[in-house]
Amino acid sequence: MRKILLSSIILLVGITFIGRLSYLQIFSFSPNQVLEDPAIKAVYDYPERGYIYDRNGELLVANQPAYDVMVIPREVKPLDTLEFCNLLGIDKERFVSQLKKARVYSPRLPSVLVPQLSKEDYGRLQEKMRRYEGFYIQKRSLRYYDTNSGANVLGYISEVNEWDLERNPSYAAGELKGTTGIEKEYETILRGRKGVKYIQKDRFNRDIGPYKNSTLDTLPEQGKQITVTIDKILQEYGEKLMTGKHGGVVALEPATGEILALISGPTYDPALLVGRERSRNYSKLHYDTISKPTFDRSLLASQSPGSPFKTLNALVALQEGAITPETTIHCYNGFYVGKRKRGCHCGGGSRNLNSGIYLSCNAYFAGTFRKIYDQYPTSAEAMDVWEKHMKSFGLGTFLGYDLPTGRPGRIPNKEYYNRIYGEKRWSSSTIISNSIGQGEVEVTPIQLANMTAAIANRGHYFTPHILKKIGAEDISIPEFTEAKHTTIDIKYFEPVVQGMAEVYRKGTAARLQIEGIEIAGKTGTVENFTRINGVRTQLTDNSVFVAFAPVDNPKIAIAVYIENGYFGSRFAGHIASLMIEKYLKGEITRGDLEKRMLEKTLEEEYAKPYSGQPFKINERVW
Amino acid sequence: MSVSGKSVLKRLDWFSVLIYISLVFIGWINIYSSTFTEDDPSIFNFASLHGKQLFFIGTSAVAIIIILALEANFYERFSSLFYIISLAMLLGLFVFGKTIAGATSWYDLGFFNLQPSEFAKVATALALAKYLSDIQTDIKRQKDQMISILIILIPAFLIIPQPDPGSALVFFALIFVIFREGLPLYYLSIGIMVILIFILTLMFGTIWVAIILGLLLALFLLLKKPSFKVPIIPVTLIYVAIVLFSLSVNFVFNSVFEQRHRDRFGLWLRLEKDPKKLEEIRKTIGYNTYQSEKAIESGGLFGKGFLEGTRTKGDFVPEQHTDYIFSTVGEEWGFIGTATVVILFTLLLLRLVHLAERQKNDFSRMYGYGVISILFIHYFINIGMVTGVLPTIGIPLPFFSYGGSGLLFFTALLFIFLKLDANRLNELT
Repeated sequence: MRKILLSSIILLVGITFIGRLSYLQIFSFSPNQVLEDPAIKAVYDYPERGYIYDRNGELLVANQPAYDVMVIPREVKPLDTLEFCNLLGIDKERFVSQLKKARVYSPRLPSVLVPQLSKEDYGRLQEKMRRYEGFYIQKRSLRYYDTNSGANVLGYISEVNEWDLERNPSYAAGELKGTTGIEKEYETILRGRKGVKYIQKDRFNRDIGPYKNSTLDTLPEQGKQITVTIDKILQEYGEKLMTGKHGGVVALEPATGEILALISGPTYDPALLVGRERSRNYSKLHYDTISKPTFDRSLLASQSPGSPFKTLNALVALQEGAITPETTIHCYNGFYVGKRKRGCHCGGGSRNLNSGIYLSCNAYFAGTFRKIYDQYPTSAEAMDVWEKHMKSFGLGTFLGYDLPTGRPGRIPNKEYYNRIYGEKRWSSSTIISNSIGQGEVEVTPIQLANMTAAIANRGHYFTPHILKKIGAEDISIPEFTEAKHTTIDIKYFEPVVQGMAEVYRKGTAARLQIEGIEIAGKTGTVENFTRINGVRTQLTDNSVFVAFAPVDNPKIAIAVYIENGYFGSRFAGHIASLMIEKYLKGEITRGDLEKRMLEKTLEEEYAKPYSGQPFKINERVW
Repeated sequence: MSVSGKSVLKRLDWFSVLIYISLVFIGWINIYSSTFTEDDPSIFNFASLHGKQLFFIGTSAVAIIIILALEANFYERFSSLFYIISLAMLLGLFVFGKTIAGATSWYDLGFFNLQPSEFAKVATALALAKYLSDIQTDIKRQKDQMISILIILIPAFLIIPQPDPGSALVFFALIFVIFREGLPLYYLSIGIMVILIFILTLMFGTIWVAIILGLLLALFLLLKKPSFKVPIIPVTLIYVAIVLFSLSVNFVFNSVFEQRHRDRFGLWLRLEKDPKKLEEIRKTIGYNTYQSEKAIESGGLFGKGFLEGTRTKGDFVPEQHTDYIFSTVGEEWGFIGTATVVILFTLLLLRLVHLAERQKNDFSRMYGYGVISILFIHYFINIGMVTGVLPTIGIPLPFFSYGGSGLLFFTALLFIFLKLDANRLNELT
């Protein structure tokens, strides 16, 4: 027994060790060891972020170098602090506290002492840097904007947060990433791919040479430049006109769906979110809850479309055979919903399709709307048809454009009204407000522009998009290059387009004609309400305008939505007209019109609900 | 002499020799890797540690030739003398010793630091075999048991104050030799019992040890044959003794042990229940073991390749070329490498048991067991520590770890036995 005991123990210990080793080396082994290994440090080489150009090849966004002064606290030798602080342009207290912070973080690893020096400071400092041991200058690349407009559409880049890190392992802490706008949408193209060098470290975290003779290292891949569909001149001009006004302006090229301008007012200079002052500026913008400059109204403001929506109701009525262009409806300075009379500004009288549109007659469209519903045995069936037609214009749903934010707007359907009123407890009269673009229907400015483009094209549209070229290559994304057809036959568009053209000739926008350009448009004056201390309060009407030009070969379709701008022909009509002229002619012939738009602001109007005082609405401004 | 010289090579157990050579070779490869720097890749640089180890390997080869050339009965005849010399050398350390890393364990011979505790292992194994194989010794006699245990304890107690508790512990392994020769089982039982109660007390506390033991006793009383008379008083006394011992464990642990010892046990037995704190302890107090475990783990199945161990290159495992050399094997050669080393040690030890059992001469057999005990305890504690199975006790891996005295005397330990084995047939003629 004693003889075999020792052999047994030896065998048992051998088996135990093999078991333990297989647990460690086979079961606990993680294949990501290069990333988890404390002895290997990955040093990244960041490629330059791709530039962004406008549709005419004008530079919008490039890069600029910034210089961080770094410190490795352990290597700092006694120095002339005062002189060094003068060079850095900081005071001594700040220097001492920053140095202390760096030492607490790690005495052996570099920390930022002074971030983002200007080029001038860098120039002065560079040659003297050798004298200060433990300090060095590290170059970083920041965004440079060759324009002071387009902040929301271009977007900005910022450091990745923990959520990004968790979701996407290709980011490392401290890296920059497109956070909004084009920068976010085309992040992967603009960013390129970072290169990596693996460095062997010892336990004090000192470099002791390349890992595996650099065989695993990769070179950075340059970010690609992109060309966007924005017209820099038009964008800048539009933003200038929008000074002091809240709202969205969207201009599209109907033949392609390319977004020519995407303006949200108020906006800000994109350069504010770059450099040393970035976080201070960001909070200032972010916490401005009245004008909300970071809220992209052109994509996100979902509001009643108002009268421009009448054109679609006309098209649906024609398609459904509910009216012909000659059908007349009499306007008694308004129309009745049950016993309640709703007003009309058209002046009254007998209206057909043409005059209904150019005089924007509410009674005519209320009647037309009823006629659509009278085609079907039940309101629910009519509603289904109406909804199908409306949605074919890209309303009530996300349009599918290539920008990271948006709203679907709302085209109400029978389920919606059943929920509110109960099944069969509503009729065309209940929902008659939709006939004139009030009521439950809601659109965003870009949807409004897209709908106008569809009319300009007489029945189809291309999904609005912002990307034109990657590098030198035109995009070939079927989603953007293939036409989407509406459910309305081509032949029904011409009468509506003619009505819209009359708007400029003798209708609501007669004073906004442009010499030599035939425009089709539609004004909108939208009642709107807000809650002040829980009380529903009416505000000055929103000023809305859609237009396209030239009528026969549309080059531009535009939607302008100005909050509390009163009549559609005022702010919105003016801005639309000026922008069309700017885009088609390249210059403005009507200086008085332009001057008025640049000078008049609506700040007073926007301050009213916050004044705490009773206020008047729909005041005459000029 | 010339006749026996020829026969010694013929009768030498080449199987053991081959494993010995493999272990020394693999060991040196890994020492080379763990002390390698890109600036100086040369092998024969005697200023570098791997160069020095190569010199020690050469010295060991010379020692092997001398050991095999000497008469076999030389070792038996002079074993008492060796033992006395080794004790004198251990005593001499108190006066002339050189202190390295806090332990006064070396004589400075200029070109070489001699560690007498390594020599004492060989001498004690020889002396113990000599005493036990003496015709006048009867292991059944209590007095002879005590003397043989004393032979082991004297060098151990001389080594403890160096301080080198690890090396001292090795001598206790020799008790196994006495046990093999007939030491009553209860010695071993008491030993195992003491260790078990020590661990159980630390893990569950004295109260639970007392309760569980009481329940077991009650169960035994219920299930025993009615005819079996229980000696009430001795059983009660043993029970009380155990509980008292358990109480003393708490006292010793809390008052006699130093904090670092407490931490080691705390880590080993996972006394800290909060997983976050445990992880913290692993990375601070258990730093060495943590790093070596991680290095071994990162090797995976096939390892990172020779000279490719990133943690080895980064010096993440402290003392990697000495006590933690096995972690280099783990990182660079993977499971294939570590399993090979474990298998080689297992084969060598089993082979030595076989050789010991076939000895006709009592002295040779007992010495053989001494060799096995010493090699086994080193191998067991070292790999147990490096893989995180056992608490940290710093002793080298035989034939593997860097160190001149260690390699030389482990070689002597083994080859004296191989010489005795080669000579076993001559004894009869």
